[in-house]
Amino acid sequence: MTSQAQHDFMKHQHQQKIWISIYQLLILISFLGIWELAANMKWIDPFIFSSPTRVVTTFVDMLLKGSLLNHIGITLYETLVSFTLGSFLGILIAIILWWCEKVAKTLEPYLIVLNSLPKTALAPIIIVWLGNTTKSIIFTAISVSIIVTIINVYYGFSQVDVEKIKLIRTFGGQKGAILSKVVIPANYANIISTMKVNIGLSLIGVIIGEFLVARAGLGYLIVYGSQIFKLDWVMMSLIILGILATVLYEVILLIEKKVQKIGG
Amino acid sequence: MSVKLNSCYSLKGPMIVLALLFIHVLWSHLIYYTILIYAVMNMPNLLNIQQLSYVYHTMQGETLAIKDISFTVSKGQFISIVGPSGCGKSTLLSLISGLLAPSAGQIVIDQSILENLKYAIGYMLQKDHLFEWRSVYENVLLGLEIAHVKTPENIAYVEELLEKYELKDFKKYRPSQLSGGMRQRVALIRTLALKPDLLLLDEPFSALDYQTRLNVADDMYNIIKKEGKTALLVTHDIAEAISMADEVIVLSKRPANIKASFSITLETEDRTPLKSRADHSFSSYFNQIWRELNDVPSTT
Repeated sequence: MTSQAQHDFMKHQHQQKIWISIYQLLILISFLGIWELAANMKWIDPFIFSSPTRVVTTFVDMLLKGSLLNHIGITLYETLVSFTLGSFLGILIAIILWWCEKVAKTLEPYLIVLNSLPKTALAPIIIVWLGNTTKSIIFTAISVSIIVTIINVYYGFSQVDVEKIKLIRTFGGQKGAILSKVVIPANYANIISTMKVNIGLSLIGVIIGEFLVARAGLGYLIVYGSQIFKLDWVMMSLIILGILATVLYEVILLIEKKVQKIGG
Repeated sequence: MSVKLNSCYSLKGPMIVLALLFIHVLWSHLIYYTILIYAVMNMPNLLNIQQLSYVYHTMQGETLAIKDISFTVSKGQFISIVGPSGCGKSTLLSLISGLLAPSAGQIVIDQSILENLKYAIGYMLQKDHLFEWRSVYENVLLGLEIAHVKTPENIAYVEELLEKYELKDFKKYRPSQLSGGMRQRVALIRTLALKPDLLLLDEPFSALDYQTRLNVADDMYNIIKKEGKTALLVTHDIAEAISMADEVIVLSKRPANIKASFSITLETEDRTPLKSRADHSFSSYFNQIWRELNDVPSTT
């Protein structure tokens, strides 16, 4: 059915995709290779910079001793809890602001201040108030993500086409119907994209919390490792953190696809 | 003698018959017109608008949008309202539908002739506003959902409408997969689902290209007539107004008030908007209304 030109075009596109994957892989391999080589040849000090083989042996070692899975689990748990709470509360507050315009207008300057404030600066106070516990870490992480969530979601809500709202009103719908039939469904995409940002922000908040609370988790490993010059720990934790962040992001993408199928 | 008598009789007979016939015709005309006048005077007015005014308030000041408008709509009538853009036509519909409260005057809906007391008025907006996150079928049910009347019989009625107006096979489609004309039909069925007595149409064809527009106008008109609805169409397109209406009301610039009203009688049989456009008195109506809109003094 397809013409020769179409066939060639498809083939070209396909080849291009393969080449890009090859380049991507090459970057990774050469990075690891040069790192390993430089450490072995003593161009860089492996004690400070570690090396891929040292990271792998540390990884296997800590995995066998059992503590590593625990640290990863704790960080993952804290991230998921603060992400869920932060997103849920953020959306809830955005709904309240949309519902009571007066409240939204009153709180606007405070939201702007809170949004501009580097939330990580709040972490030490939160720890003093709530103690050296997981609770503090989760609170820190929520404080990082919640304001952005509120502002993004509320902005999306307020951008909904007034004619669509009028349509609901022509059927006798009140505020509740407007919210559930138009405002929220029209913001599916917006809410998902806010969540994509949130998962990263929650991870940042959790790591900062773990730096300060310093009892367990990947953040603790990084801080503790750097203090006792176990740079292998630090490098390994960073790599695991990168993988963790990517996996979490991919999970949100998966949810997005599911929602698109259901919600259109 | 007998012959004369005979001839006399033969003359008298037809005379009496003729006289009787004459009286009969006169009489029946009299009765006919009496009944007609009586009927016209007592046509049930579905909607009665009296001295309606509306004032907009903004920080820049207040604007009189609608000034002292009075007219009536009787059951089964199709009325078009034409006026310059931005004269307050849409505001008028919002007032009638109850989305806005009048600043002065009254809007009376005759409850006694309504078939649907709760949702007497159906409102069609300029765009179809079909929700992309819903299928065609879910879009059609939106009104029933909001009004909390998603009963089996109402759903059956919707199914019937979808079947009748050739949308049954597209129930599971997304709105973006339909043509402009089909989308408009879906929007109309969404409005009809609540069985309103009066339909308010706010330039429902303005978002369509000309070709589609003519077809959709025919479509809508047929559906509205078939379902026996009363309709009030707002438009700035004179030809469109005449082609669909029994009566055209011309509004002035802001503040809108009624400049003139034309009763449209066309000779075309089985009237449809497209056939109406070909009627020989169409252009005469067009010119009269055009003059009214443009403040050109009448030459006749």
